[in-house]
Amino acid sequence: MNRRFLRRAVSNLMVGLMLGAVVAALLPLFFILFNLVVKGAASLSLDFFTQTPAPAGETGGGVVHALVGTLLIVGMASLIGLPIGIAGGIYCAEYPASRLTWLTRFVADVMNGTPSIVVGVFAWTWIVATQKHFSALAGSAALALLMVPMILRTTEEMIKLVPNSLREAALALGYPRWRTSLAIVVRTTLPGIVTGGLLAVARIAGETAPLLFTALGSQYLSFNPDQPMAALPLTVFTYATGPYEQWHQDAWAAALVLILLVFVLSLGARLAVRQRFDSNG
Amino acid sequence: MTSLAESAAAPPDPVPAPLSLQGSSYGDRVFHLLLTLAAAAVPVLLGFLVYELWTGSRLAIGQFGFQFLTSSVWDPVAERFGAFPLVFGTLVSSLLALLIAVPLSLGVAIYLTEFAPKAVRQPVAFLIGLLAAIPSVVYGLWGIFVLIPFLRKSIFPFLRDTLGFLPLFQGPIYGPSMLAAGIILAIMVMPYVMSVSREVLLAVPNSQREASLALGATRWEAVITTVVPYARSGIIGAVILGLGRALGETMAVTMLIGNRHEIAASLFAPGYTMAAAIANEFSEAVGDMHLSALAYVAFLLFLVTVLVNAGARLLIWRVARGAGAGSKAL
Repeated sequence: MNRRFLRRAVSNLMVGLMLGAVVAALLPLFFILFNLVVKGAASLSLDFFTQTPAPAGETGGGVVHALVGTLLIVGMASLIGLPIGIAGGIYCAEYPASRLTWLTRFVADVMNGTPSIVVGVFAWTWIVATQKHFSALAGSAALALLMVPMILRTTEEMIKLVPNSLREAALALGYPRWRTSLAIVVRTTLPGIVTGGLLAVARIAGETAPLLFTALGSQYLSFNPDQPMAALPLTVFTYATGPYEQWHQDAWAAALVLILLVFVLSLGARLAVRQRFDSNG
Repeated sequence: MTSLAESAAAPPDPVPAPLSLQGSSYGDRVFHLLLTLAAAAVPVLLGFLVYELWTGSRLAIGQFGFQFLTSSVWDPVAERFGAFPLVFGTLVSSLLALLIAVPLSLGVAIYLTEFAPKAVRQPVAFLIGLLAAIPSVVYGLWGIFVLIPFLRKSIFPFLRDTLGFLPLFQGPIYGPSMLAAGIILAIMVMPYVMSVSREVLLAVPNSQREASLALGATRWEAVITTVVPYARSGIIGAVILGLGRALGETMAVTMLIGNRHEIAASLFAPGYTMAAAIANEFSEAVGDMHLSALAYVAFLLFLVTVLVNAGARLLIWRVARGAGAGSKAL
């Protein structure tokens, strides 16, 4: 009787400890979000979204240069990364017996685990060192390199879900292979592919390390992809580690904007899939 | 599938010629070519990456060789570089992160798989997944202005008072330190270890749990004696995956670790990691040897993370083979 009581007490204790672990795991999330909203919202203003930075140490000014920069750099990276990633994913799913598929899948997994700073170093040696100047394009190239393996794997997984009967039906009706892939298979999995793409864009929008020595960052508004360009995560980094109080406040606000961007993209991606499935029954 | 389509596409000849699907029409050939180019771009780019890292570090490899890993001198002016503090700091911060994160993650994973009420499981898993979506630089920002002041005021002095007999907890408290970096890394790594562990635990067949409960085990005993050992290699794989992520983490670490090329016994002392050194010094490096030394560090970091991730993948694949080996968490 005593032993059974002891064992049950231990069981309850462990469950209690694990519940404590859940609470401990969720605490940082709430603290981070809470601090971001409280500290960041205080600095948000129309000026923040429309002005370029004030001279260092002075109050006022904004981060429009970083907002524009992030949009441009992430946009360019997506223009390069999405087509290659999706096309590669379609190849791996549609020709699974090919040796190239095995190699590409393996390499994509390796690249998914590569630290983003290493990809930044590669983009530096490939583009910045040969061009002898920093540029937003080099930053976009680094981000595209990060995107491609992510999108490739998610696209492949989505397309593999399409039952072969759909392909066979299309081929039996006389569709050539390419039309089967595009019009039938891809169209069926389009929400999933879009989700994968949006999630990848959300991931790279928050990346700082590859941009540190490719796009370099800037204090000025620029639309020139061949020159250094500001970006939201770079601005957060520079301002957070800088000495000025105004910079610290702006860092919180910029981080809030950045995390809103990332969350909206991620949640939007998941909602896109759910909506499609609901409407299809 | 091939034979079905072939018989459908073949012309009604008495002796049907075997048609291959690829290249049976102009559109097919173009499609196949475009896709092949896109797919081939991936290994080509990786090969290019390895090649560029190798040529970039050749200068430093020629100059320092393996001594690079044992020397602690980092002198850009005299052009002598030794990465031992970097390697040491990378390993220590990652191990610290795992020490904190693995018990937490396993506890959460086991709770969510075995004990939590059904309604709670998805929302909590989703919330913890949000932690993985927060950019590294935001963690760093929060670390500098919220975590470090808190640690410096409350936790570090407490640790020094109670555990100060250990050299690990002696010495001055600055705030930015190896321990602070380890803690933020633990928070960042936890969602990955948790979600992969959860997938692995879900792959354990219910018969194991039921058999154990039928023999009279308490719910905790059932988990710890049957489910966890069954999923053991998968859990180890999840831990190694977390290690792989911790090794490559850059921004949050460089904002919290103090950035000093030194090895100290105390966890309260500043340190450095390979990724943090590259992040801080690369854009300002003057001189080819400095750049080459940093490229050498990047090359080593790449090799280590590839090996660690490959090992993790192998272990996870072995357990979760039946239930979704293409783990979405990866």
